[in-house]
Amino acid sequence: MDVSVVASNFQFLIVQGLIGIGPFIGGTLRLAVPAIVLGFGLGIFVGLARLADARWIRHPATVYVEFFRGVPLVMVIFWIWFIIPQLLRLPIPEYGVALTAFVIFEAAYFGEIVRAGVQSVPRGQVEAATALGMTATRTMVSVVLPQALRNMAPALVTQMIVLFKDTSLASIIGYVDLTKAAQIVNNREIKPFELYLFIAVVYWLCTYSMSVMARRLERRTA
Amino acid sequence: MNYTFDWSVLWSGEPGQWLLQGLSTTLQLSALAWVLAVVLGVLAGALRTVPFLPLRWGATFYVEFFRNVPLLVWMFFWYFGVPPLLPRPAQDWLFDHGAEFWAGTIALGVYHGARMSEVIRSGIGAIPRTQFEASLAMGLTTFQAYRLVILPVALRLIVPPGTNESLNLLKNSSVALTISVAELTFQTRQIETYTAKAIEAFTAGTLIYLALCLSIATIMARVERRYAIPGLISRAPAG
Repeated sequence: MDVSVVASNFQFLIVQGLIGIGPFIGGTLRLAVPAIVLGFGLGIFVGLARLADARWIRHPATVYVEFFRGVPLVMVIFWIWFIIPQLLRLPIPEYGVALTAFVIFEAAYFGEIVRAGVQSVPRGQVEAATALGMTATRTMVSVVLPQALRNMAPALVTQMIVLFKDTSLASIIGYVDLTKAAQIVNNREIKPFELYLFIAVVYWLCTYSMSVMARRLERRTA
Repeated sequence: MNYTFDWSVLWSGEPGQWLLQGLSTTLQLSALAWVLAVVLGVLAGALRTVPFLPLRWGATFYVEFFRNVPLLVWMFFWYFGVPPLLPRPAQDWLFDHGAEFWAGTIALGVYHGARMSEVIRSGIGAIPRTQFEASLAMGLTTFQAYRLVILPVALRLIVPPGTNESLNLLKNSSVALTISVAELTFQTRQIETYTAKAIEAFTAGTLIYLALCLSIATIMARVERRYAIPGLISRAPAG
């Protein structure tokens, strides 16, 4: 074990790799945070579309979810990395490719969570809101979604943790996140055991603190 | 859009063979890793319930650490990080016998073992303690209670999330391409590199994954219906 390799490259790994400040356009957090926000946003639409009465909305949403849940994320990243530039005839930077892939892919998973959350709200709540004279949109926004959100919080956090871990796959197309930063350092230092174990611990600290925060949140809102 | 399709690249000459080889590697990798994951999952799940504290801590550490770190990092760890620590002859032997495949199998199996143990634990945890007590009251021994009452119910409860997790494992086997295991995604990329026919290559790969996942899911949905426990709320039908 040679810990000095981690100490001497600590700044590059954390500031460049994890946060994304430095000579490269990169950073795990800079990719994960927008991906979580946008993926969840699109997921709400997908989840609600799966519950729509109109068949022409419900069926495409179902196909969307089943398709992306049956394909590896790596495949989706390659689709966007290789094919969109060919079709549009313009290069897309790694960040754009990775963010697009994550948002499209994770929206399918978030959509399922939203659907289950909405379905867990008792039917009587909708009926009561309608009886009070609320419109369908108003009922959804002020009655159903707030309760659904509370019910789906644990599953939501789990999926956010999964997404956070998945951002490491952006390094395959050359995006400089924490994993890629460790690879860059390792190419110079040849200390794979120490470096990969170190970033494993960094990833673990991030994901574990997310789950601890979630547990605390759950207790407060329960 | 200015792209000429040529689907024949998929079956003329080598690319067709690459796809089949890739599929076969994906299935081998996933099957071996699945066995490892189930063994580790059951072991860790059981150890987390024993009264001996160090064992319980060890199992908890394994589950919490391995499932919360990206699979890609584990791939690099097991392929680049661990072999240099082995004695020289073992290293040589390993690199003569497909080290990347074994590292990929271990990475995939150990990672999913941690996730599998959570599935198993929640399945056993879902059975009310009173079932066990009732079995003992009826005169069954502990072993009989587990064999005749607890396990038959627990296994059925585990089937739906277990299927889900197994499909995740299959899809995650694509991450092994980063350590150059020649599985399906790796071969699709190779076809793209050699023929420059990206759309055809990735369509073929995508459809194979979809077909695999959907057929396994369909079969398991049947198994699930067949062995569903009457009176329990079954999983809401998808769609």
